[in-house]
Amino acid sequence: MTDNELIWRIAGGSGDGIDSTSQNFAKALMWSGLNVFTHRHYPSRIRGGHTYVEVRAKDEPVQSRGDGYNFLLALGDSFARNPQEEAYYGKEELKPLYENFDDLREGGVLLYDEGLLDDEDVDEIGLEEAAEENNWHVVPMDLRGIAKEHGREIMRNTAGIGATAAILDISTDEFEKLIKQNMSGDMQEANLNVLHDAYDAASELDVDHDIEVPEDSHDEEQVILSGSNAISYGAIDEGCRFISGYPMTPWTDVFTIMSQHLPAFGGISEQVEDEIAAAALALGASHAGVKAMSGSSGGGFALMSEPLGLAEMTETPIVLVEAMRAGPSTGMPTKPEQADLEHVLYTSQGDSARVVFAPANIRECYTQTRSAFRIAYEYQIPAIVIYDQKIQGELRNLPASHFDEEPNADPGSVLTEEEIQDAAHHSSGKFQRFLHEPEDGSNVSPRSVPGQKDGRFLATGNEHNPSGHISEDPENRIAQMNRRLNKLDDIRADLDENTSHQTYHGPEDADYGILVWGSQQGTVFEAVDRLNENGHSVKALGVSDMAPYPKEEVSEWLESVDEALVVEMNATAQFRGLTQKELGKYGDKMSSLLKYNGNPFEPAEIVDGFESSIDGEELAASNMKYVPAAGD
Amino acid sequence: MSAFSAINEEREIERDEFTPGIEPQATWCPGCGDFGVLKALKQAMPEVGKNPDEVALFTGIGCSGKLNSYFNSYGFHTIHGRSLPVARAAKLANPNLEVIAAGGDGDGYGIGGNHTIHTARENHDMTYIVFNNEIFGLTKGQTSPTSPKGHKSKTQPHGSAKSPIRPLSQQLNAGATYIARTAAVNPNQAKEIIAEAIEHDGFAHIDFLTQCPTWNKDAKHYVPYTDVQQSDEFDFDVSDRAEAAEMMRKTEERLYEGEVLTGRMYIEDERPSYGQEKRQIGEMPEEPLAERYFDEDAEWERTYDNLLEHHK
Ligand SMILES: Cc1ncc(C[n+]2csc(CCOP(=O)(O)OP(=O)(O)O)c2C)c(N)n1
Ligand code: SF4
Repeated sequence: MTDNELIWRIAGGSGDGIDSTSQNFAKALMWSGLNVFTHRHYPSRIRGGHTYVEVRAKDEPVQSRGDGYNFLLALGDSFARNPQEEAYYGKEELKPLYENFDDLREGGVLLYDEGLLDDEDVDEIGLEEAAEENNWHVVPMDLRGIAKEHGREIMRNTAGIGATAAILDISTDEFEKLIKQNMSGDMQEANLNVLHDAYDAASELDVDHDIEVPEDSHDEEQVILSGSNAISYGAIDEGCRFISGYPMTPWTDVFTIMSQHLPAFGGISEQVEDEIAAAALALGASHAGVKAMSGSSGGGFALMSEPLGLAEMTETPIVLVEAMRAGPSTGMPTKPEQADLEHVLYTSQGDSARVVFAPANIRECYTQTRSAFRIAYEYQIPAIVIYDQKIQGELRNLPASHFDEEPNADPGSVLTEEEIQDAAHHSSGKFQRFLHEPEDGSNVSPRSVPGQKDGRFLATGNEHNPSGHISEDPENRIAQMNRRLNKLDDIRADLDENTSHQTYHGPEDADYGILVWGSQQGTVFEAVDRLNENGHSVKALGVSDMAPYPKEEVSEWLESVDEALVVEMNATAQFRGLTQKELGKYGDKMSSLLKYNGNPFEPAEIVDGFESSIDGEELAASNMKYVPAAGD
Repeated sequence: MSAFSAINEEREIERDEFTPGIEPQATWCPGCGDFGVLKALKQAMPEVGKNPDEVALFTGIGCSGKLNSYFNSYGFHTIHGRSLPVARAAKLANPNLEVIAAGGDGDGYGIGGNHTIHTARENHDMTYIVFNNEIFGLTKGQTSPTSPKGHKSKTQPHGSAKSPIRPLSQQLNAGATYIARTAAVNPNQAKEIIAEAIEHDGFAHIDFLTQCPTWNKDAKHYVPYTDVQQSDEFDFDVSDRAEAAEMMRKTEERLYEGEVLTGRMYIEDERPSYGQEKRQIGEMPEEPLAERYFDEDAEWERTYDNLLEHHK
C-alpha cells in the first residue's frame, strides 16, 4: 500500500449531487497543488441506488484508482426515503454506509450523515463491530441539520466538504473560491455559511487519525477533465464540425459535450432517429466536404456496421467513437469492460480497411482523437476511437499546455477546383476519383466534393472502376482491393514515423512483461512499480494502435522478455488473441489476467495476479481469471 | 470567392448534360418504369436551371438505386434504405447543393421506413423520389410494402396477409411539405412535378409509380391514369391539410381497385425548412459549413482558448 495519499470516497444515491460534489472536491485539491484522479461507480438507475466517486490525491501524477480508500463521506440515499407503495427499496437508505465497508482501509475515517439515518438502523448493519475490527474512526454528524439551518438540505454536500476539510486539516480557501465562482447571491452566502459551520463543528470533534494529506505545488497551470472532454476537444481542434448521434451510455457523454460546443464553433450537431442514421449522416457530411464524427456504444455501434463498410468501400473519411460498456447485448449499462475490441475490428462484411485507436487515458484521448481525424482524412478511411466507461467517467488533472496545439482544419486529400481541372477525367465526363495508381505513388486517390466544378464522380458501396461506375471486372477488382488495403501499410509507416501511440514503462532490461491496452494501462503501470519494489523484474507495454497493429514494436518487446502477462477487462482475452493473430507467434509466451465483473482492476489485484502466475499458484481472488499460455 | 464555382454558375442548362458522355450499359430490363423516372428527372433539370456539378443525387439499393449510374451529377449509391440520412447531412453541410434522394418502395417504405418518416418530419429541403413498382425488383420479385393484400410471391406463396402501406398519408402525417404522386407513363406530368419538388423549399416526397414488367406482370401499368388537378371531380385545395388527407385516402384506396390518380396531393409553403429553423435558433452557421474548409481566411479557434477555461 502506498502512503502519503488521500483517497476520499463520497457515497450517496444517484441524483444526490455526488458527481458535482466530487468534481468540486477534486478541483479544489488540484488548486491546492495536488495531483488528482477520480474513479466513479454508479448503478443503472436514474435516481437513488448506491453510487460513489473516489478522489485520489497525491503529490505525484496519479494515473489509476488506488487499492481501496481511506476516507468515506457517506451522505445517505435521499431517494430511498419515500418508497412508493409498489416499490421495494429495502434498506437502501443505508447503502452508502454498508456497501462501502469492504474497501475502507484499516485506520480509515468514516464520516456519515446521521441527519439522514436512524440510529437503530445504523446499529443493525453492524457498523460498530466493523469499525472496531478495522480500527476505523467513525464520525456521525448531522450534516443535513447544518444544511437546513441555512435553507435547504441539499446543501448537506457542502456540509460534508466542510467537515472533511476540518477532519483532514485542509484549508477551506479553495472551497470558498469554488463556491464564489459557481454561485451567486443567497445561494452563495448560504453555502459559505454551511461550509464554515460544518468545518467548525467537525473541528471540535478532534478526530485522531493517521491520514496525511500530501502537499505539493504544480509548476504549470493545470486543468481537470474527463476522457470524453478530451476526445471532444481533440475532435474540435482537428476541425471536426459535424456530429450525429443517438444516445447510448456511455457514448452519450461525447455526444453531449460536442452538441453543447459545436454551434459556438460554427458547427452542426444532429440527434437522429437511430445509429444507422447517425453513421450515415456523418458519411453524408464528410462526402460533402466537412470533417464529421459519430459514435455509439456496443449495441448502437452494431447498427453502424453497414455504414462503416460503406465508408470503407467509398473511401469516405469518418471518425467513429466506440464507448465500451459490459456486454453482450445491453449488458451492464453503467459498468466498464473492454470486450468490444473484436466487434470494432471485425464488424461489417468483406475484407476491411479501417483504423482503430484505443487511448489509455485522458491525455491520449485528446492526442489519439487528433490522430484519428488526421489519418482518416489524409488516407480516406474510417477511423475508430475505442475507449471505455472507466476513462469516460474519470477526471484527471493535466498541464493546460497539453492542449496548446495548433488547430488542423485541413480536410486531407481534397483537391481545389483548379487541381480538378488538371486531373484525369473519364470519357463519361466523370472525374477519376478512384484511380488504380494515384499519381504521387501513394494509395490515396485525391477526391473532389459535390459542388466543385468538373469533379463529378459516383461513390458506391459496390465495387467500382476509377470513375466510380459499378464494375465487376476481375482486374479492376484486384487493383481497387489492393489499393484500399495497402493504405494500412502506409498508415503504419506514417504512425511509426510521426506519432508513436505505444507507451513503455519500467526497466528496459526486465525479465517479465505485462502487456496492456486501453484504460487498464495506468493501473498496470502502478502495479509494475510496486512489483519492482517487491523485488521482481517487470516492465510494461501499453498498446494503443489496434489497427493497423504495431507488429514490429510489439514483437521486439515480446522478444525482450521471458514471459508476458496480458491484462484486460474481458472474459475471452481479446487483445491477447489479436496480438497472437497479428504476430503469428508468442502463444507460448503470453498468459492472461482477466477481469469482467463490471469493475476495473485495482493495482493490488494485478500485483497478486502477477505473483501467483509466476509462482504457478492459483489465483486467490475469485473476481479474476487467469488463463495460462496456450502454445503457438 | 466560393470554392464551389459550379454552384454560382449562371447559364442555360441542357438536358443532355445530365447524360454521361459514354452511357454505361443499361442494366434495367426492357420496358422497366425506371427509364421513365430517369427521363423525367433529366428533363426537369433545365427547368430548374441546375447544372450537373451542383446536383448531388443519393440513391439506395435496388434496381431503382442504379439511377445515378445513368444520371450525370455527383452521385452516392449508398446502402439499402439509407439514402435519406446520407443526403440530409450533405444538405446541412452544404445547403447550396441541390440534393435529391431516390430509391425503391422496399428501400424507402420498408427497410428505410424510419428514415423516411423522420426526414419528412424534419422537413429537410430536398426531394425524395420513391420508385413505387409494388415489388422488390433487384432481389427477383418478392412482396414489397406496397404490394396489394393477397399478392403472391415466392416468399409469400399463400398471398400476403398484409395491407399495403399508404405512403402519401404516411408522409402527410410525418410532416412532408410537398407530396405528389406521378407515374412513369406520364413523362410530362412527372417532369413538372420533379421540377416543382426541387424548387420547393422543404421536404418534397414523390411517390413515383413505375412498372416492373419482369416480376410484377399482373400489376397495372398505371394507364389510364387521371391527373387530379385536371379533373373536375377532384376539386380540392392542395394546401388544405384536411382536404389533402381525404384526397390521399381516395388515391391510395383506388390504386388497388385499378383506378390510378396522380398529381399534387399536398403543398405547404409556409413552414420553414429544417436548415432555416436550425439557423434561426443558432444551431447552424449562416455560411455553408463546407465552404469553410476551403476558405484560407477562415479562423479555426483552438479549444485551448475557448473550452479549457472552466476546467482550470
Ligand atoms: C441490408 C440489406 N438487406 C437486403 C438487401 C438485398 N436487397 C437489395 S435490393 C432489395 C429490394 C429492392 O426492392 P425495392 O427497394 O422495391 O427496389 P427495386 O429493385 O424494386 O427498384 C433487397 C432486399 C440489401 N442489399 N441490403
Ligand atoms: S427487375 Fe423490374 S424494376 Fe428491376 S430493372 Fe427489371 S423491370 Fe425494372
